[in-house]
Amino acid sequence: MIKYFLTLEWKSFFRSAAFQTNLVLKIFMALGALYFIGLFTFVGVGAYYGLEKADLEPLETINRFMIYYVVLDLVIKYMLQKMPVVNIKPLLLMPFKKSKIVNFALGKTMFSFFNIVHAFFFIPFSVVLLRQGYDPLQVITWHLGMMAMIYINNFINVFLNDAMPLVVGVASVIIGLGALQYYGIFDVTPYTGVYFQGLFEQLWMFAIPVVIAIALYKVAHSYFLNRLYLDAGLSAKTKEASTENLDWLDRFGKTAVFLKNDIKLIKRNKRSKTTVIMSVVFLFYGLLFFTGGIESYDNPFMKIFAGIFVTGGFLFSFGQFVPSWDSSYYPLMMTQNISYEEYLRSKWMLVVLASAVSTILGLGYLYFGWEAYAAVFVGGIYNMGVNGHVVLWGGAYIKTPIDLTSNKKAFGDSSSFNVKTLLITMPKLLLPILLYTIGHFTLGPVFGYALVALAGIAGFAFRDFMFKKIIGIYKAEKYQTIAAYKQKN
Amino acid sequence: MIHIHDLSKTYNGVTVLKIDELQIPKGESFGLVGNNGAGKTTLFSALLDLIQPTTGYIQNGEVKVHESEAWKSHTASFIDESFLIGYLTAEEYFYFIGELRGQNKADVDKLLAGFEDFFNDEILNKRKYLRDLSKGNMKKVGIVATLIGNPEVVILDEPFANLDPTTQIRLKGIIKKLAAETGVTVLVSSHDLMHVTEVCERIVVLEKGSVVKDIKTSEATLKELEAYFSKEEPLVE
Repeated sequence: MIKYFLTLEWKSFFRSAAFQTNLVLKIFMALGALYFIGLFTFVGVGAYYGLEKADLEPLETINRFMIYYVVLDLVIKYMLQKMPVVNIKPLLLMPFKKSKIVNFALGKTMFSFFNIVHAFFFIPFSVVLLRQGYDPLQVITWHLGMMAMIYINNFINVFLNDAMPLVVGVASVIIGLGALQYYGIFDVTPYTGVYFQGLFEQLWMFAIPVVIAIALYKVAHSYFLNRLYLDAGLSAKTKEASTENLDWLDRFGKTAVFLKNDIKLIKRNKRSKTTVIMSVVFLFYGLLFFTGGIESYDNPFMKIFAGIFVTGGFLFSFGQFVPSWDSSYYPLMMTQNISYEEYLRSKWMLVVLASAVSTILGLGYLYFGWEAYAAVFVGGIYNMGVNGHVVLWGGAYIKTPIDLTSNKKAFGDSSSFNVKTLLITMPKLLLPILLYTIGHFTLGPVFGYALVALAGIAGFAFRDFMFKKIIGIYKAEKYQTIAAYKQKN
Repeated sequence: MIHIHDLSKTYNGVTVLKIDELQIPKGESFGLVGNNGAGKTTLFSALLDLIQPTTGYIQNGEVKVHESEAWKSHTASFIDESFLIGYLTAEEYFYFIGELRGQNKADVDKLLAGFEDFFNDEILNKRKYLRDLSKGNMKKVGIVATLIGNPEVVILDEPFANLDPTTQIRLKGIIKKLAAETGVTVLVSSHDLMHVTEVCERIVVLEKGSVVKDIKTSEATLKELEAYFSKEEPLVE
């Protein structure tokens, strides 16, 4: 029986539209996975020696901070890991015991990349511990305990489907605790560290997480088993529709038709809401650069880079998927009396408005001195003037349909935050840095900022030209785009 | 109104559509029947310039559809759910289409008022997004949306499928009225021979992409079609 399940899985993976069509993507995905595996292994091996060098007892330190690691893992799993319910429907009528289907679905989550990747941290780390003469039995029980913690997260995540407020709550508590610790007000790690250290010191203690993990598996199993009905666990939740009056947008003329629609698109779909959240996160990205927290970021060129990102979060995460946002009803758009110009103008306005708002919100960076905000400010101008067009231009080539209602694939999936889209992002980032560098070395930083700003202002002049170019692409690619959007995963 | 000339569509060497010549005059109600894979949806897609013909062209009004977009202003269509915007409510969708077709809210409301029966109180003011409607109700929305803005050509792919019996009967009334009273050219495809013979003045049968029958509808048409599709010799000729 399990054999059939496995072949189904195998086929669904290798025959998915996204996977089959794009070899380059496959390579990038593999490289991405290898990168993370390499990173975890490196950290796993390096952590011990690094901490030892810093005059800290390695295992104890790891155990102290393990709480952040575990919670972060849960948050990441919630955000990225898909729930196993998707392919269950067609199996319901087959002559399997339901419990078997649930076992399979849950078992599948256990082999997810998000669990396996931790092994690449814990195994090398444990091996190093053994080599350093720690007691093998203790190391092994600690190791088992840690992996059980990861699996506890895995099964908690199964329940957490659609519990956004809870996860946001947990994440903010942890961020809050982290901040309190950083400022020396309150340190939670001594308390939680006891538990993780205990996993090492007391042999029997590893049984606690293992038993909890097994218990959670049982609970998850019966939870799913009882909800294996079309109107229960397998149903899509429907929300009551809200209508809204956006007539005030009519002042924008014919563009308003699309603008109103785009605002509804963003407000009413999971996937697009995520991009808005992402752009808020990007606002804080600059902190890494301006606080001097990371040494290699602490130079003027990287500050321009930060300025572009701080003000361009929405631009990058939304703009690069125009027109894919409209992929689910693209044939409608293609048969209606629509002017591409107005359609594009609406998207462009959204992107520019969002950049403008980010630039204003970025005023907070004044705290780090006027130069920090200057970088944000010229970054904003450059985004509005130049990147606003470039991003739409690049988007015209991205023909992956977007499933608006699903969030689970918002990252890491072929259709979004991947290396391919990152490659298109590069020129948008490198050019302003180059401009700044030229200014910086000729007449000084101020001239550098001025150059970037000037490029942005000049960009506005090319708007009509760029629109024409993009419309040309839209027309040339029309049939291919329609066909590509028809392929759903 | 519509003129198909030497049209063919080939995918990887397999010809799925081949029509040498077909004229659809203005105001005709035109029915397209054929088994699965006969090329009905392909023909409609080509008519709407959603796929590129391998050879030939389709002329809609004055223009060839793949050369100019002028046909879009007088043509309305509903092929499948990809013609609906899932995150809008029915009203918002109608207004959106209305705005694209130069109709203000009052115009759209006036038109919708005439479809109260057809909607059967399941569409308007329901506080539901289109993506949460049942298939049948989605179809109702899509069909009525094609009538916004007085189009001259209306193209409906399988409009009767998924509809409940009452709505099917009402839809037949709507289609008949369109062609007879307002001179709209209506193109309908269907698997339901009874419905299609009832509403269409002319019926074309496609098989493997080619026109095999082109009938002016009469009393005998239904029998003839049934005989054709049951692969027997026609009883009445």
